[in-house]
Amino acid sequence: MTLKHLLKPLAAALLLSTTAVHAEQAYVSNEKDDTISIIDLDTLEVTDTLNVGKRPRGILFSKDYTKLYICASDSDTVQIMDVATKEIIGELPSGEDPEQFALHPNDRHLYISNEDDALVTIVDTESSLVLAQIDVGVEPEGMAVSHNGKIAVNTSETTNMVHWIDTSTYELVDNTLVDQRPRHVEFNKDDTVLWASSEIGGTVSVIDVASRQITKNISFKIKGVHPDKILPVGVELSDDGKYAYVALGPANHIAVVNTKTLEVEDYILVGRRVWHMAFNEDQSLLLATNGISGDVSVVDLSKRKAIKSIKVGRYPWGVAVKP
Amino acid sequence: MLGSILIRNSFSKKLQTMKFNPYSVSTLATIATLSCSAIASDNLDINISYLQLTVDQGAVLSNIMPKPEDSGEQGAALAIKDSNTTGRFLKQKYNLTSSVTDQSDELLQAAKQQYADGIRFFVVNAPSSELKALSSELGSEALIFNAGSADDTLRSTQCLSNVLHTLPSRAMLTDALAQWLKAKRLNKVLMINGTTPDDAAYSSAFKRAAKRFGIKIVGEKQWTFDTDLRRMAQKEMPIFTQGKEYDVVFVADERGDFGEYVLYNTWLPRPVVGTQGLTPVAWHRVLEQWGAAQLQTRFTKLSDRWMNSEDYAAWAAVRSVAEAVTRKKTTDVKTVNEYIRSEAFELAAFKGRKLSFRSWNGQLRQPIPLIHPRSVVSLSPQEGFLHRVNELDTLGFDQPETRCSK
Repeated sequence: MTLKHLLKPLAAALLLSTTAVHAEQAYVSNEKDDTISIIDLDTLEVTDTLNVGKRPRGILFSKDYTKLYICASDSDTVQIMDVATKEIIGELPSGEDPEQFALHPNDRHLYISNEDDALVTIVDTESSLVLAQIDVGVEPEGMAVSHNGKIAVNTSETTNMVHWIDTSTYELVDNTLVDQRPRHVEFNKDDTVLWASSEIGGTVSVIDVASRQITKNISFKIKGVHPDKILPVGVELSDDGKYAYVALGPANHIAVVNTKTLEVEDYILVGRRVWHMAFNEDQSLLLATNGISGDVSVVDLSKRKAIKSIKVGRYPWGVAVKP
Repeated sequence: MLGSILIRNSFSKKLQTMKFNPYSVSTLATIATLSCSAIASDNLDINISYLQLTVDQGAVLSNIMPKPEDSGEQGAALAIKDSNTTGRFLKQKYNLTSSVTDQSDELLQAAKQQYADGIRFFVVNAPSSELKALSSELGSEALIFNAGSADDTLRSTQCLSNVLHTLPSRAMLTDALAQWLKAKRLNKVLMINGTTPDDAAYSSAFKRAAKRFGIKIVGEKQWTFDTDLRRMAQKEMPIFTQGKEYDVVFVADERGDFGEYVLYNTWLPRPVVGTQGLTPVAWHRVLEQWGAAQLQTRFTKLSDRWMNSEDYAAWAAVRSVAEAVTRKKTTDVKTVNEYIRSEAFELAAFKGRKLSFRSWNGQLRQPIPLIHPRSVVSLSPQEGFLHRVNELDTLGFDQPETRCSK
């Protein structure tokens, strides 16, 4: 038996033990508590609450899940947390009032919305250098980078536009006018379609990436809820390409949209003022932050039903899952 | 600044003050023409006028926090800035010509001149008499936004066909208040009214609201005294507020003369609502939900003070024009006017839902926050006050209550 053969079972055993100890976790930013709650996705309980910068909103992991980036809006910085030690190990020059951001597939470049400054700031996470600042509309919010890394898009809430940025030149190449107060954008898997939610408009625009034209504006109807109170914010697209999930804010529901027909199939009741969402790794669960009720709804996607709500801090905003 | 008019022009980026008399109209014309010709021809240029009549409110007892003199004007300026950020991507350039005066005839002169120079969009922060004069002077080819008068008659019996209202009417404010009283079961009200015509208008708006929502007025008194309440309130006010049992005290004192001294000094320990205490407003510093925090930050950065209801009304007016121009891709006043009044129009204005204009009287329908100086207490319409079309229309004059022909 060679050494290699000897090591194999050992490595396997090691791997097993780590997965057994470390279940999937969800990190939730609490905007009005300046904390992050960690939820164990096996027990569905909060296992830890961490102090971070002021008014944490957008959060996301590096590709290898060793680092968590946190938009600390009122501290005017993006913090970097070492996921192993839970310590803040650095800050990135984010520009003022960073709200949401997206990580380029190169795992290095962060595209950050500076809400108060009408800018998108691009930061290299390794060198901590600002690569570019791009003028966009008033109150930039939603941010996404295509999976192929070629395009970044940003939405500006008061300008009501989707701004298209060429990631090779850092230049704004086009703008698409959408409904009032666009909040969130997501590319589909093959980067052909962009989904953009308009909170006050009450719609989700499905945009053809090639032509940058709107294919359809999807609107929502829930019995007993006035249409003006249906305010779509978060959008998540399933990896199988079948469904889009849209968080409807104070309507307290998540809409299930069939991505082929672009029709709403279902509405799932969750907590109060639902904004952002994240899948667990096998996409059997969807976690949603409820700002007013101060909890996270856990939705079983096969049943299309919330199975638990987990109390977190005040005004939970963003959520990111670590396998 | 008697007899002088202040002209601020955003595209020349200059601040010009000059003595105004009928003979200097030519100077005014020159300035206006110069700035118009500075505009590049291939871009869409949108020129908006802001007209303000500064009215002397008279001496008041409570003068600790005076109303900023540029109330309204700064709101319009911010909206121009916001719109130009958007306009940059659409080759639109928004320009504001701002005229502030304390003389009615000067205001009219300035408006006439601006109209002659080609301006068709006007934001007016002035009492209803000046608004009416401007409306008839400028005629049907102009679109005027009322951002200064809460006068109910403008929304009920004397509608002006070329005017839209972004400031809530007194009826909207007092309906918002009365709904809250009903929801809190504060059914018995003692009214204290000031002596100005504005106070009388505010109190009659409240009476209308009380009737609509089943609130009982158990007593009504007029404050006519000239005691220095800053020293005497604890002695005078309890005696003044004796009478039948009441749940709440309503105050109509728009200038803020005596009203501040009613709080904590009533015979019965009851909350105070109306122009003081719990107050219905179009806008206030304490609003931060629905993205309002961002608007407040932008405003404070620009003007170095807090945003108030007049600022908000002027902001909403300019943003309405910009929104229509952006969607219709034209500055044609007829097209813009029709679109703003249509059902397709929607304005995102930091109040948690889209706003639009009532077709029957041109009023911007909007939720009304009820605030005290450090916090938002509630937002009307209150839950449960239903309407067959839009529950926002439970505030102010609904279609059947308006006697204006369109």
